[in-house]
Amino acid sequence: MIRKTVANVEEALEGVQDSMTLMLGGFGLCGIPENAITELVRLGVTDLICISNNAGVDDFGLGLLLQKRQVKKMISSYVGENDEFERQMLSGELEVELTPQGTLAEKCKAAQAGFPAFYTPAGYGTEVAEGKETREFNGKMYVLEEAFKADFSFVKAWKGDAAGNLVFKGTARNFNPCMCGAAKITVAEVEELVPVGTLDPNQIHVPGIFVQRIFEGKAYEKRIEQRTVQSRA
Amino acid sequence: MLDKNGIAKRIAKEVKDGYYVNLGIGIPTLVANFVREDISVEFQSENGVLGMGPFPFEGEEDADIINAGKQTITTLAGASFFDSATSFAMIRGQHVDLTILGAMEVSDKGDIANWKIPGKMVKGMGGAMDLVASAENIIVAMMHTNKAGKSKLLKKCSLPLTGVACVKKIVTNLAVLEITANGFKLLERAPGVSVEDIRKATEGNLIIEGTVPEMQL
Repeated sequence: MIRKTVANVEEALEGVQDSMTLMLGGFGLCGIPENAITELVRLGVTDLICISNNAGVDDFGLGLLLQKRQVKKMISSYVGENDEFERQMLSGELEVELTPQGTLAEKCKAAQAGFPAFYTPAGYGTEVAEGKETREFNGKMYVLEEAFKADFSFVKAWKGDAAGNLVFKGTARNFNPCMCGAAKITVAEVEELVPVGTLDPNQIHVPGIFVQRIFEGKAYEKRIEQRTVQSRA
Repeated sequence: MLDKNGIAKRIAKEVKDGYYVNLGIGIPTLVANFVREDISVEFQSENGVLGMGPFPFEGEEDADIINAGKQTITTLAGASFFDSATSFAMIRGQHVDLTILGAMEVSDKGDIANWKIPGKMVKGMGGAMDLVASAENIIVAMMHTNKAGKSKLLKKCSLPLTGVACVKKIVTNLAVLEITANGFKLLERAPGVSVEDIRKATEGNLIIEGTVPEMQL
């Protein structure tokens, strides 16, 4: 077995530098790599290009990096719920590349799977397709989208083992599996690092080959963005 | 005239037995409350869940189980979780039978704009562009006019587009309309709304054929 475990978050982020392109898993605040984000803030690296479906909220998730002006460019599908983000974007301080959500996922998957590009119908006839090659297949128009190229991918899973195998819980899975193996180095943080052999090979969501470093994260807040409940009455 | 729940109630009649349905944020989310109980329907949320159930009881909410609106949800028997690429394979691959979403503007060619107001609001398109580019069956749920009283059913959208020639049907507080080669065909009137009211509130080409029935809710 090839061991992927690192001692802590400091070791997990070794080699992260200014101006790098980073992928970060999560949908809203669900399934985000909380420990990696905290460490990026501590490291103080700047001019980052961040690929993430959302940009966190003002005081949590990627919002923490935005507050410290560490991000040069965001590549996301939806960036509402973050006032500081909107302010930086409208004032031109922050570069933003809005990408349809399915295209964003597939640009990660293409990088993971070794495809340089793919055709998608999403965005045809809109400003998203401007400057991009388009082509007709079976009477329908498609846009050519290229795979992402990233230095680090930070993902968060529920359980993992030293071999780098990952299991996710609920909708915290989202973009995390798509980003594994989609950057030069994939760093997985897990809520629980279990002994090798305890995860059922039939139930692994991401095989360890796509993960280079794994560690057990600390003090997950797992903040709920929209707590919506019904009364028992 | 209908309120938001009324629009949702009318759209729920379009949901058929055996449908996989994707509901957008806002009025579309309310549709789930009005679907007949004697039919089998599964709701898909693009963040990675099929078989969404109602909101959890207080104290039972789970940060790891949310919908695309980031609200805490529950799942029903037979539900499944999956990653974002798989979710959009369901959407792009046309495995989802019906997509219901909101809009700022719709043109009489079926173009839709719902993601950006230049210089003002830029929240992003989320999954809307993938949904409208792929779905065979798209229903728009929206108010007929905006807050300033201007028509949202136009000859040509003024805002940046989300998709072209993709909307099939529109349900508003005033009417049910179908997109045809010649424009918005008026199918039904909301209770207490006249054809003339609808004509006044519609800027795009409106087609009226024969007597237009009142909606049955």
